[in-house]
Amino acid sequence: MTSLRNGPDANGLFGTFGGQYVAETLMPLIHELAAEYGKAGNDPEFHEELAYFQRDYIGRPSPLYFAERLTEHCGGAKIYLKREELNHTGAHKVNNCIGQILLARRMGKRRIIAETGAGMHGVATATVAARFGLQCVIYMGTTDIDRQQANVFRMKLLGAEVVPVTSGTGTLKDAMNEALRDWVTNVDSTFYLIGTVAGPHPYPAMVRDFQAVIGKETREQLVEKEGRLPDSLVACIGGGSNAMGLFHPFLDDKSVRIVGVEAAGHGIGTGKHAASLNGGMPGVLHGNRTFLLQDDDGQIIDAHSASAGLDYPGIGPEHAWLHDIGRVEYTSITDDEALDAFHTCCRLEGIIPALESAHALAEVFKRAPTLSREHLMVVNLSGRGDKDMQTVMHHMAATAEKENEA
Amino acid sequence: MNRLHTRFAELKRQNRAALVAFVTAGDPDYDASLAILRGLPKAGADVIELGMPFTDPMADGPSIQLANVRALANSQNLAATLRMVREFREEDSDTPLVLMGYFNPIHRYDVPRFIAEAREAGVDGLIVVDLPPEHDSDLCDPARAAGIDFIRLTTPTTDDRRLPTVLGGSSGFVYYVSVAGVTGAGAATLEHVEQAVARLRRHTELPVCVGFGIRTPEHAASIARLADGVVVGSALVDRIAANGDRALAIDAVLDLCAQLAEGVRGARH
Repeated sequence: MTSLRNGPDANGLFGTFGGQYVAETLMPLIHELAAEYGKAGNDPEFHEELAYFQRDYIGRPSPLYFAERLTEHCGGAKIYLKREELNHTGAHKVNNCIGQILLARRMGKRRIIAETGAGMHGVATATVAARFGLQCVIYMGTTDIDRQQANVFRMKLLGAEVVPVTSGTGTLKDAMNEALRDWVTNVDSTFYLIGTVAGPHPYPAMVRDFQAVIGKETREQLVEKEGRLPDSLVACIGGGSNAMGLFHPFLDDKSVRIVGVEAAGHGIGTGKHAASLNGGMPGVLHGNRTFLLQDDDGQIIDAHSASAGLDYPGIGPEHAWLHDIGRVEYTSITDDEALDAFHTCCRLEGIIPALESAHALAEVFKRAPTLSREHLMVVNLSGRGDKDMQTVMHHMAATAEKENEA
Repeated sequence: MNRLHTRFAELKRQNRAALVAFVTAGDPDYDASLAILRGLPKAGADVIELGMPFTDPMADGPSIQLANVRALANSQNLAATLRMVREFREEDSDTPLVLMGYFNPIHRYDVPRFIAEAREAGVDGLIVVDLPPEHDSDLCDPARAAGIDFIRLTTPTTDDRRLPTVLGGSSGFVYYVSVAGVTGAGAATLEHVEQAVARLRRHTELPVCVGFGIRTPEHAASIARLADGVVVGSALVDRIAANGDRALAIDAVLDLCAQLAEGVRGARH
């Protein structure tokens, strides 16, 4: 059997997805980045340094926790949580940031830029930039700034400049456009630290490799606890980096069923969602060919999700390929379902999950009851929900109001 | 013999540079945009670059971003842009017209259909910002096979090693992006432009047009002394933004175009 873990090809393609669709100004930069990343990959010193920061700075390995009460609640599959929310900065994002910042340092770049949606990638980037004494500029849509004020303040505390992006609808895709405009303008000084498995090659592969520590640890930890591999994996998907990190080490294990969960927002039928695979079409945006939310004219449609981190009209090209070949099953969960799962997790496990991760939990709650008690299911608890207090409060107030009216 | 080749050969005989005028199709609306398009040749534009609106113009600065927003608000799409070219060609069969934009709307429209209709409409060339030579098979190869020129952007970051790759599939002319940045922002020094043009000429026989950050007749004239063409976009588009009234906007764009043309035409005398 040929491995599913060898992508992308020399042109940065996973099947027909991925590639390097960027302006000429950036082409020499991404070729240089790919070359430097290749060199770093062969350098034991780079791996040692990365391992050191993963252990002593991020706090890895993150625990694989048997969620006993969620398991009881569902009455079926045995549910394990991969506790990425316990990482420094509270999400999986820092796994990638620490890897890229070490690369930026090797390349002699002094200025770091990044886009952020929910603010978790912005916080993680600002964190590592502070640690290595590098200038940091974060692009964030004004809509997201309004709903994630605590993270904006966090980034500023860490010394980053947060630039509000008003173009478009002021969400993640607009922040990414603006970061690309900055990069094209400041080519010599600047390293663009992309937060997900999207963008031009080598980003999708590089971010995946830095996140694959999640799946590698899960493998070892579950074998240690249960003596075998999981039967299924579940993770939420915006751009798809936490999912890719969990999934990638298992792609060749046929017995492992893999499920990615997109954000259905108000429901895919309503058009107000962020499910690129379930409700989009192939296209080209932000440097890669992938599934996109777009209209009949090829104009990009704004995504919608209660969770700012999933609010992106595209998806990493490797997911598009895995969808295409049928290796991974991609489902979707609505805002309401995710909020219900959020409350269940808080009450039963004493863990406040990020709204993003609550999408994965909601899918678990649908599947686990139908499965046997021998079924081992691992869900990536990709982030903690402290940042989502405001959103959840608003939602609860709105729900209460509706009930009063009825 | 295609229109771009004919036009640049003619200008070479006259010993002057081309004024390449950029406007976005459908900005501020279809009728006004068509009126601008029809007026540009008379106002001295030697080559027209017509922008195909896109929601996410990543290589464009604020002026052209807003032009895209205005055009999209009036439902400009690729079919309407091709119709506009056809209507333009009913009155003008000489002025070369190049479409510029991003790949996704073309991808969605379907590449073979787009090429066939663009050719039939009288499009002479394409500039697609996010299609580097690494993706020639997506559009460049079939477009050139159909006789439509594919115009490449070269930039300050395109070094001598990469230049042959970039120029390899180029035809029509070469567009030198004189500053690393987005459209409308900053301007390169004349010394930089002179060196860059000289470097490009060592690698290609194609006409070299220089753009990004050129706003005034004086500036256009100084570039016209160094290059085969001067591209002006944001400054023209700003005239639309500054004039809410359609008739005033049309006049303002054509007026600036005429001033720029005067600068370019007088540059080498």
